[in-house]
Amino acid sequence: MATAESKVLLKEFSKGIFKENPIFIIVLGLCPTLAVSTQVINALGMGAGVIFVLLGSNIFVSLLKDFIPEKVRIPAYVVIIASFVTVVDLVMQAFAPSLSKSLGVFVQLIVVNCIILGRAEAYANKNTLGRSVLDALGMGIGFTLSLILISLIREVLGAGTITVFPIDFLGFSGQIRIPWLSSFPVRVLGLASGALLVMGFLKAFFNWRQMSSAGDRRGGTT
Amino acid sequence: MTYIGIILTFVLIENFILTQFLGLCPFIGVSTKIDSAIGMGFAVIFVMSLASLVTWAIYNLVLVPLNLTYLQTITFILVIAALVQFVEMIIQKISQPLYKALGIYLPLITTNCAVLGIALIAVRNTYNAMESFVAGFAAGGGFLLAILLMSALRERFETEWIPKPLRGMPIAFVTAGLMALAFMAFDKALLNNLLG
Repeated sequence: MATAESKVLLKEFSKGIFKENPIFIIVLGLCPTLAVSTQVINALGMGAGVIFVLLGSNIFVSLLKDFIPEKVRIPAYVVIIASFVTVVDLVMQAFAPSLSKSLGVFVQLIVVNCIILGRAEAYANKNTLGRSVLDALGMGIGFTLSLILISLIREVLGAGTITVFPIDFLGFSGQIRIPWLSSFPVRVLGLASGALLVMGFLKAFFNWRQMSSAGDRRGGTT
Repeated sequence: MTYIGIILTFVLIENFILTQFLGLCPFIGVSTKIDSAIGMGFAVIFVMSLASLVTWAIYNLVLVPLNLTYLQTITFILVIAALVQFVEMIIQKISQPLYKALGIYLPLITTNCAVLGIALIAVRNTYNAMESFVAGFAAGGGFLLAILLMSALRERFETEWIPKPLRGMPIAFVTAGLMALAFMAFDKALLNNLLG
């Protein structure tokens, strides 16, 4: 019994990373994804912000689900989410001013990120606290990993660098330069259109993978 | 900046969708038919012009005097949500045809990041009331332009053969990417040349 229970919980956690990946499968929360994916450090910062807000909102929504009247639930969720976004915004301004500057208006725009409201409405208001926490962590990590994937492709090919943190640390500048690529980068990938192109082809890749695995299953039964 | 400068900036140079990535969800979701794209575009123009004016007033007449500017995210999103509801009710009472045309798009607009985006950007750029209104209107216009071009292209896709994994959303992203490349021709230098 205990193993079956933990298997279910593990599924709740991992579905956000693979099966219901918010970016590549459900395709939610695109605006920040594409806008901040120019450097890996931005993806890390944005991902951390989203995980924090998602965790906070899922916890509060799931705790308050019996107290919030049905009719005003969406405004109530929005207030909860906006409060956590304000916390993230202020903390980032205080402790990571350069990151806050490069993410710009997109930190505050986490509030309209459909992933967060979507999880509150579709999951946290129906499930227990523990499961909501697992769901938030899974979805948040799935979002962050997808964001890192996109920004890794864009930064490596578009600028020939990988920026992990923006300050000097023990003689390491926080930026890895890739020898040949950084002299001949494919600059278009760093621009706005590159984000859309990378997203389009990645989504096509995931579609193709889903299709071919469905094909395999059909082949297995006959 | 002059009003013409603001309009050119938000419609062409900093087009919300193609260079700023604000409002992508409705852009990809509602751009399959020209009719619905036009409806969505006008609903967005309407809400954005109104929202940028109202949030300007709230920010400068309420939040700044009371030293509450750190509450801007919460205030703006609630004001926008309330405004959209209010507009929906008024349109329903005043004009039934207009409600039929725009009605279904209005609720979607609340979670459109372009609306909150223009409110926040207007505050960051310290625009005055009229400039905020013009910026909201122009950014909405840029959205209409982009979604109109996109839906016209996507209607053509229906008769063309597209590799299976690329059908639907992926080809829409790739098309938008190529459009963004074309929009790069509009840059700050163009603005300087035009307006001296």
